[in-house]
Amino acid sequence: MAVVFQKTKGLTDKPTHYCPGCGHGIIHRLVAESLEELGVLDKAIGVAPVGCAVLAYEYFNCDMQEAAHGRAPAVATGIKRVHPDKVVFTYQGDGDLAAIGTAEIVHAAARGEKITTIFVNNAIYGMTGGQMAPTTLIGQETTTTPYGRNAERNGYPIRVSEMLATLSGAAYIERVAINDIRNIRNAKKAIKKAFEIQLAGKGFTLVEILSTCPTNWGMSPVEAMNWLKDNMIPYYPLGVFKSPEEVK
Amino acid sequence: MGKVLMKGNEALAEAAIQAGCRHYFGYPITPQNEVAAYMAKRMPEVGGVFLQAESEVSAINMIYGAAGAGARVMTSSSSPGISLMMEGISYIAGAELPCLIVNIMRGGPGLGDIQPSQSDYFQATKGGGHGDYRLVVFAPATLQEMVDLVQEAFDVADRYRNPVMILGDGMLGQMMEAVEFKQKPCTELPVKDWATTGKGTRTRNNIINSLELDPIKLEEHNKKLQKKYEEIAKNEVRYEMYNCENADIIAVAYGTTARIVKSAIQEAKKEGLNVGLIRPITLWPFPVEPFEKVADKVKAFISVEMSAGQMVEDVKLAVNGKKPVYFYGRIGGMVPEVKDVLGEFRKIAGGER
Repeated sequence: MAVVFQKTKGLTDKPTHYCPGCGHGIIHRLVAESLEELGVLDKAIGVAPVGCAVLAYEYFNCDMQEAAHGRAPAVATGIKRVHPDKVVFTYQGDGDLAAIGTAEIVHAAARGEKITTIFVNNAIYGMTGGQMAPTTLIGQETTTTPYGRNAERNGYPIRVSEMLATLSGAAYIERVAINDIRNIRNAKKAIKKAFEIQLAGKGFTLVEILSTCPTNWGMSPVEAMNWLKDNMIPYYPLGVFKSPEEVK
Repeated sequence: MGKVLMKGNEALAEAAIQAGCRHYFGYPITPQNEVAAYMAKRMPEVGGVFLQAESEVSAINMIYGAAGAGARVMTSSSSPGISLMMEGISYIAGAELPCLIVNIMRGGPGLGDIQPSQSDYFQATKGGGHGDYRLVVFAPATLQEMVDLVQEAFDVADRYRNPVMILGDGMLGQMMEAVEFKQKPCTELPVKDWATTGKGTRTRNNIINSLELDPIKLEEHNKKLQKKYEEIAKNEVRYEMYNCENADIIAVAYGTTARIVKSAIQEAKKEGLNVGLIRPITLWPFPVEPFEKVADKVKAFISVEMSAGQMVEDVKLAVNGKKPVYFYGRIGGMVPEVKDVLGEFRKIAGGER
């Protein structure tokens, strides 16, 4: 009988620790499938963050390093400068990348490091139990913004893709989402394209993926997908912010 | 190759290149800037990588990544910058990655000044970062010794999969001396089959990591680290004993300060004072053996440092209450003078201390 579907070789058999309905499962699969389809699993070196995806090194079926909080782009820089012929990627959440690791991501992009960053934006700190993230929306309730995020008190959410797209070293920046089938397919395309651009040696690549956190948002998985669509996409518009065509 | 006159920081950098280091990551800070400048010029000539990071925090994490990828790597900085690297150093120790970290110490605390100091002894030898870990710490006293210790440091790092620090001071970094780059015989070093090089034909994934959520397993990992540190303490202690036979007083000093103490010992001799020197070359593991050799025969010990009294604690542990241990130090970037050290010897000999 013909095999119509099987699990990607890009993921190990280890059961993940993610909550039911969490977006990380989908995104892990998209990244792993992309690496497998490009035939680069044997030359991929990933960097896991601190946050919910801290154990990503157990799930991706390739060489991995676990970085300190926010430092994944610096670690990836070290790896890529030693192995320029390998495919190097970081997998980071919004706290890791857009708060504590802001300097590292900005300068990796500015240097045009030939790495790919998978940036998972779910507008909240998941691992530590639902605190305000730099991407938490105005009005959004978290354990550290119990009355809702207030611009006066807490400042404004950061649009990472738009910010990094201003840098000359960034070759490809796209924001996607995983709230429905069409967007998931687009997300896969963007991830694959980012790796292809890295392989072509064109510069820094980042795919921002709007994702959900049903547990800390206090919603069912379906409600969370709808909340993403209704609240996140209007503030974080989907699209390509930088592509190699612009680079030249 | 004959002797060449070089500045300390540049000699250090050249020694690293000759020891096979092809990846340097760093961030500017005085008084060690010549290391980076030299690397920036030389690395392209030897097909290596020089990268100026956006901070010391990033630099040490680039070291983590590059060391984890199997390269012979180094960074250098000075006191405030090393403080910023402490997080990364703890992770590097936890993940057991070999690398060389150079600290050309300046006066502290805080921003301090840019003059020579030895006030990072605690930080280098007692932790600095979090967790039960050890750095192997080498403390050269001359540029030639610094050059020789660079290759040694890389080899020790590789042999034990452990970060190694060369702890110098601003004086060593900035002074010029004649040095010779000796071709060292190749030592047998373990293959880095653990490195993340891309899986290739390997069947298992290589993972560089310091996280272990299961406390039983993390205890096991820590025990393994401690066993390694015991091995290092057994095999890698280095020290010099100078004029210790028949000495009544033993001074203890390392780095630049040891040279000043040697001059004071010469002066003391003219006055009939017999003073010896124990000069630790490894600050961790700290050499206990020379103290055991002399403690019964001498009157007292004195630790001389460019700090408010840091190594003196290890001297007291090594002397173990057998004899009095005194301290003399200058702080804040001030360098002890020969006459003042001599004055301290006189005080001890005359029973004034």
